[in-house]
Amino acid sequence: MKVPLSWLKDFVDIEMSVPELAEMMTMAGMEVTHIDYIGLPESDLPWDREKLVLGHILRVEQHPNADKLVLATVDIGADEPETVVTGAPNLFPYIGQGDISALGLKSPFVMEGATVYDGHAKVPGKKMKLKGRAIRGIMNRHMLCSEKELGISDEHEGIMLMESDAAPGTPLVDILGDAVLEFDVLPNIARTTSILGVAREIAALTGKKLRYPDFTIEPTGKPLADRLTIETTVPELNPRFVGVLIEGIEIKPSPYWMQLRLRLAGMRPINNIVDVSNYVMLEIGQPNHAFDWDVLQARAAEYSDDGKVRIITRLAEPGEKVRTLDDEVREMPPSAVMVTDPKSALSIAGIMGGMESEVQPTSKNILIESAAWNFINIRQTATALKLHSEAGYRFSRGVHPAQAMLGALRAAKLIHELAGGVISADMVDNYPLPPETITLEISTADVTRLLGIELDRDTIRGYLEGLEFVCEPVGDDGLRVTVPDHRLDISADPVIGRADLVEEIVRMYGYDKIPHTELTDALPPQRNNPKLEWEMTLQDLLVDVGMQEIITYRLTTPEAEARLIPNGEPLDDSQYVALVNPSTADRRVMRRSLLNSVLEIAAANSRFTDELALFEVSAVFLPTENDVLPIEQTRAAMVLSGPRAPHNWQDGDAAPADFFDMKGIIESVLDGLHLPEVSYRPVEHPTFYPGRVAEVVSGKTVLGVLGQLHPQVVAAYELPEDTAVLAADLNVETLISLASDSYRVAPVPRFPAVQQDIAVVVDESVTAAELEAVIRKAGGFLLADVRLFDIYRGEQIGAGKKSMAYNLWFQAPDKTLNDKVVAKQQNKIVKALEKQLGAKLRS
Amino acid sequence: MLNQLEQLAQKALAELNAIADSKSLTGWHIQYLGKKGEITLMLRRVGELPREERPAFGKRANELKRELEAAHDRRAAEIKAQEMEKAFAENALDVTLPGRPVRRGHLHPSTQVLRRIYQIWAEMGFQVYRARDVETDEYNFQLLNIPPHHPAREMQDTFYTTTDGVLLRTHTSPGQIHAMHEYAPDPVRIILPGMCYRHEQITARSEIQFHQVEGLAIGRNIRMTDLKGTLTAFAQRLFGENKPTRFRASYFPFTEPSAEMDVQCIICGGKGCKTCKYTGWLEILGCGMVHPTVLRNGGYDPEIYTGFAFGMGPERITMLKHGIEDIRYFWGNDLRFLRQF
Ligand SMILES: [Zn+2]
Repeated sequence: MKVPLSWLKDFVDIEMSVPELAEMMTMAGMEVTHIDYIGLPESDLPWDREKLVLGHILRVEQHPNADKLVLATVDIGADEPETVVTGAPNLFPYIGQGDISALGLKSPFVMEGATVYDGHAKVPGKKMKLKGRAIRGIMNRHMLCSEKELGISDEHEGIMLMESDAAPGTPLVDILGDAVLEFDVLPNIARTTSILGVAREIAALTGKKLRYPDFTIEPTGKPLADRLTIETTVPELNPRFVGVLIEGIEIKPSPYWMQLRLRLAGMRPINNIVDVSNYVMLEIGQPNHAFDWDVLQARAAEYSDDGKVRIITRLAEPGEKVRTLDDEVREMPPSAVMVTDPKSALSIAGIMGGMESEVQPTSKNILIESAAWNFINIRQTATALKLHSEAGYRFSRGVHPAQAMLGALRAAKLIHELAGGVISADMVDNYPLPPETITLEISTADVTRLLGIELDRDTIRGYLEGLEFVCEPVGDDGLRVTVPDHRLDISADPVIGRADLVEEIVRMYGYDKIPHTELTDALPPQRNNPKLEWEMTLQDLLVDVGMQEIITYRLTTPEAEARLIPNGEPLDDSQYVALVNPSTADRRVMRRSLLNSVLEIAAANSRFTDELALFEVSAVFLPTENDVLPIEQTRAAMVLSGPRAPHNWQDGDAAPADFFDMKGIIESVLDGLHLPEVSYRPVEHPTFYPGRVAEVVSGKTVLGVLGQLHPQVVAAYELPEDTAVLAADLNVETLISLASDSYRVAPVPRFPAVQQDIAVVVDESVTAAELEAVIRKAGGFLLADVRLFDIYRGEQIGAGKKSMAYNLWFQAPDKTLNDKVVAKQQNKIVKALEKQLGAKLRS
Repeated sequence: MLNQLEQLAQKALAELNAIADSKSLTGWHIQYLGKKGEITLMLRRVGELPREERPAFGKRANELKRELEAAHDRRAAEIKAQEMEKAFAENALDVTLPGRPVRRGHLHPSTQVLRRIYQIWAEMGFQVYRARDVETDEYNFQLLNIPPHHPAREMQDTFYTTTDGVLLRTHTSPGQIHAMHEYAPDPVRIILPGMCYRHEQITARSEIQFHQVEGLAIGRNIRMTDLKGTLTAFAQRLFGENKPTRFRASYFPFTEPSAEMDVQCIICGGKGCKTCKYTGWLEILGCGMVHPTVLRNGGYDPEIYTGFAFGMGPERITMLKHGIEDIRYFWGNDLRFLRQF
């Protein structure tokens, strides 16, 4: 919403500066996002008081040496008039008419040395300083200028020709200097989509009186009621429809002041009738529409015997089409309400007029429609049509039906003033569904309960009356409040309506004046949040081992996830939470795989680094048959690739990470979560390199999978193919269900451990897990720890065999072990290995 | 023989003083004082002397030996000190060379600011309450006082799913209803973090997903003064003690009265700059008193209970704090961005 200050001042006195006004509006819920200063000292182009003045054009003559130039003689209040050379086409009609001073043509006069915008510059905002020069043999020092040259608008068709009562020579800034405040209209403050509405807020906030526009008309024409009937078939969607006829008008451009105001407010002037319609909408917020009455009558001749025009508002018929005044044929959605006659639709109610009955340059008689429409319905229709008009903008936010009559009166008055004609003796006012008058009760205690401040009744009453609520005292501290008929945002529900009133009270009081207090209300019972706490622990454990956390898009495509399976086919959309209205094609379903997301980021980063150690802990979305909502499961996905240690100048490059680096990370994390009985089992998984993938298990519960990615998967993601890419994907919810913070801690041993080493030769098929299990079992409680320290394969031990070497630590809690005991225990281990796994002690 | 011994000792001492390294020093010690050293051997020859000369010789011999040992130790200490000095000179490092890099993981910047927010609110008794990303229209809109086609829906362009009435939450507010249903009629004091989604074009300024942290306090005695006090305390802990805040009227369908809280621009200190659009203020969070309809929908009688609610964007806060101008950095996860946190 753009609000020219000069227009605002028609309705309320404003004494504060523009920035103060903007600040006050912002604090009261009308956030001023931009201020355009025109000519004022704050402007990008302040108008020089001495050199930019009002000129009065006295005479226009042809330039003796140029067809397309004229000489204008201008009174600027000095002893002698000035003559300027100009090519403005809008002065050509006055050539040779002699003294035209009686026409009162005024124009901004720019003197040599003044700075204005360069009207011909391609770059907006380029300035120029006016210098005298000879033009086709005639010296020219000054100029008459366009709105563009003054920074008022982009208008550059000729010079400004305006009316003004001010004396020639008056500084232009005193006449046209202005500021346009632009602010966001929030949904609850729809009443400020008009200059009058904004003025009302300012009047209430500053304690000034609001001046209303003049709504008085002289209805001297013939009656309308016997020439027009209005039927509203859906009163809940069209509670009111007012029609007024103005006959014998003359279509012409509207006066300069009106054109200027429309332009400042962001609208384009067309002709006096269309401009009045728009002007009234901007001024009081009531959109209205002008029909060519003769077109309506011609149609009536075809459908009615008595020639009476019948306007019917109804819902659109299925597939109904209408040609709107922008010359587009549009098919109506079922929600659309149409203004029709028995022949066909005339316009889309509240949104846009139809082409056929539109006002033409030749129109003589005008029917003004000023109606009320249901805001939700208008919003629905405008959205369905993707048709956003200024009228629709206001109606879709809600305009009170009481305003319809004001709109008709004001439009009729201004048309009569600017286009002549006579106003019909009566108006046709079809008002089937007047809204109930809302009356609420509020007490000083209600205000204190919500705001925490004490206000007396008179203060509250003052605030509300400033906004035109009618207040009447009730009991000791209460008020009965009647809502004014320009507001639709106050609820009739006594509790909600009271909250609505409190909001008005605090806006007037000033949010900033509300003091700060600490919560003194009872603290609710405090609860633990184990899922969040464990997730944070998991993130910390991963960061501790050098992994970088990432957060990725949760929206993806089935095709992207299909890359996880070599030659994989995308799952059907039905397997996903899929969007009806994705904003980009590559984000159209909620992911089922977190690993895909992490691999995409790994691939993107691999373009500039070979050190990849990434993880994310986040949700995947799995639709289920039992519920319209999906299962949202938290998972942890990790990717690791590149040198095991960062590059540095001393040690040369570290070996590339392999399966066991990834496994080490998982081991470390699961250890940190104190998961019981963790084991790793070989498994088949299409995403991974066969034989280099393991299931991660705690007890009997599978937590997820870890391994080296399958080469085809690496290629599909365009990850580096010259080094192993390791990945893991774990179910965090399972992990958390098994994690424990009440684990036992063993005492620190008091007696030394005895270390022994053994190496055994076994078949390749024997796994490390099997070996360690046998060693631990046979070693019994005296075997404190086992660690594999070497694996050897070679000719000495034969093909298909490997030698596994272990450090064994023997320790007793209550004494230092002697060699004999240790030897006996070690022997037991060797025997068990021989017997159970066919191992041979390597000497 | 005593003379011989004296001469030998003189010679040994002279040699000792000429020694400059510990290896020669060891050699000297072996040569004179070792098991087969010259002094040692001469002492053993005491039996060759007449009996009456033996005590004097023995005494003097031991004195000399002690003196030599002491001289040796002194010299050894001197040499060791010299050698250390030499080693120091030789071993000096260019301490400006880079250290051996350690691979350090980092939490994502959004996680870091979320945790900071959790911490501050936890100290004020607000606990974390999380809810689902995929929601129903009922919870995301209707129960929050946003009926179908309500103008407020235009404030949030929504992603709808192929399942009727199911959408991606546009804010974490549906969690407020879930929480109220769970807590009613107990008082509530929670924050609701989570990922939210809006149908937007992805640009430097707008994203299709972003975190939000909302807060909700409900009780029998919660007033707008509490809202202002509590939120100002939070903002000052996050942005700096004594940072001015301001509250201005705004609109949210689920609160009334509604407000925006601004904090004095952290870039320009209130003088006006590009970041604050020359207003001197940064919009940090939206807030208000819980709307009676929302209280009712959550199971609280609005004539008995009141409450306040607020919402903020952790990514926006991070961008303001660190001068980040492109929101796409957050989900782009470029390591050159992430490693700076
Ligand atoms: Zn700033």
